[in-house]
Amino acid sequence: MIEIVNINKTYETGNKALRGINITIEDGEFVFIMGKSGSGKSTLLHLLLKEVESTSGSIVVNHMNLQKMPRRYVPKYRRTLGVVFQDFRLLRDRNVFENVAFAQRVVGASSRAIRESVPEMLKLVGLSAKYKSLPHQLSGGEQQRVAIARALINRPEVLLADEPTGNLDHENAIEIMKLLAQINALGTTVVVVTHSQEIVEQMGKRVITMERGQVVSDEIKGGDIHEN
Amino acid sequence: MRISTFFYCLKQGMISICRNIWFSLASIATISACIFLFCLFFTVAYNVQYMVKHAESTVGISVLFDEQLTDPEIQAIGDQIGGRTEVKDMHYVTAEDAWDSFKQEYFAGNEELAEGFAGDNPLAGSASYEIFLYDIDSQEGFVQYLLGLSGVRQVNYSNTAIAGFSTLSKVVGILSLVIIGVLLAVSVFLINNTISVAAAFRKNESKIMRLIGATNFMIRAPFLVEGVLIGLLGAAIPLVGMYFLYNHAVEYMVQQFRLFSEIIVFVPAGQIYPLMIGVALLLGVGIGFFGSFFTIRKYLKV
Repeated sequence: MIEIVNINKTYETGNKALRGINITIEDGEFVFIMGKSGSGKSTLLHLLLKEVESTSGSIVVNHMNLQKMPRRYVPKYRRTLGVVFQDFRLLRDRNVFENVAFAQRVVGASSRAIRESVPEMLKLVGLSAKYKSLPHQLSGGEQQRVAIARALINRPEVLLADEPTGNLDHENAIEIMKLLAQINALGTTVVVVTHSQEIVEQMGKRVITMERGQVVSDEIKGGDIHEN
Repeated sequence: MRISTFFYCLKQGMISICRNIWFSLASIATISACIFLFCLFFTVAYNVQYMVKHAESTVGISVLFDEQLTDPEIQAIGDQIGGRTEVKDMHYVTAEDAWDSFKQEYFAGNEELAEGFAGDNPLAGSASYEIFLYDIDSQEGFVQYLLGLSGVRQVNYSNTAIAGFSTLSKVVGILSLVIIGVLLAVSVFLINNTISVAAAFRKNESKIMRLIGATNFMIRAPFLVEGVLIGLLGAAIPLVGMYFLYNHAVEYMVQQFRLFSEIIVFVPAGQIYPLMIGVALLLGVGIGFFGSFFTIRKYLKV
């Protein structure tokens, strides 16, 4: 569960990025956070990742209060999150398998655990056949699938996706959304930051719209997307 | 830390060295120069110390007394001298002992020549104390003390080579510290540059690691490994060089200073080398570790 209570964020430049934000996201929910550039949605994501600190208010994620969390617990907290970026952020010199394994390697997982779980995760995202490919040998959609596999490999409770379809064509964007919906169906809470109205309309999920650092609407929107 | 994690960090460190090979080579070369000079001064300082110690245990001070003094009077002065804190060891040499020693040294093989002195000790009145000090540096002051004692006729000691050793030892020590200090600073600066380049190269990777939940230690480990490997390589090269150089240098010096073979004695390679390896490797690893540690702290924060 994510509880954001009266969060304000003012940067050192004086820019008020967030003003009195209140959001509650239940376990297993699929939520879009929508808004134009400068609406504060990315700042919200950075706060959830504990990359920046709020000016006031509180954020509790899975019973962990981020404002009271000592720095040494931050890595442990982040292991409960998975994160996907618009630009994929894959390691160019490593193949698909190694990119996914990387996330387990850096949190100290055993080689055996890596050998067992990476193929399983690649199967989930439909990339089993391409495990030896380097990122530049993959399409944008495939690269984002690798990034999703990497985000999920440590079995996070929450998946945060920052404009995951921003660099993809419509067809690939829909495929990625289907995959995220599938992951959500397996029990992972999914929070997607996007500015694509089209995608949001098709998903029929909860949509929180932000404008100038404030929540202006919070509703179930759109139609439906068919999951395989 | 798991063994697989350790090998992962090791592999990443090696990859990073190869990726920034020129920076790495520059760092290795500077550390090598630093440690080579360290080894050079270390061997000189160690040998000088060795020679001083050798001299302290082999070159003594002889104190001769007025001829009219009786044995008990001489022994009373001896007790007074023996009570001094500078004295490491001393023994009494009677006039007879002195004559026997002289005969052995100068009439060996021609004992019949000494027969002419039968019953007559030409060194009568030459009873003396042979004194060895803890610290050769205190010799000059101690000699002045002896000369001031009533009943002391003469004090024999070597004041040239030993004093020279002592001064040389101090000069070498100070010079070593200054040069090593400068080279250490250059080495740390170059390690800093190498690790900064590596950190910039792996910025994306480090950021992903951070967001995935890698600990600071895990993020820093490959850079620390890189620094330590550079330090180890930087130490290994001069150690190999010194291994060959030392024996040749000692051989050459022994040939050149054969006349002073009693004073100029060198530490055997087998004795000096293990200590030098330990210190040089520690120095290399230290430069690499701390150089990279402080650099990477600037770049990687949770």
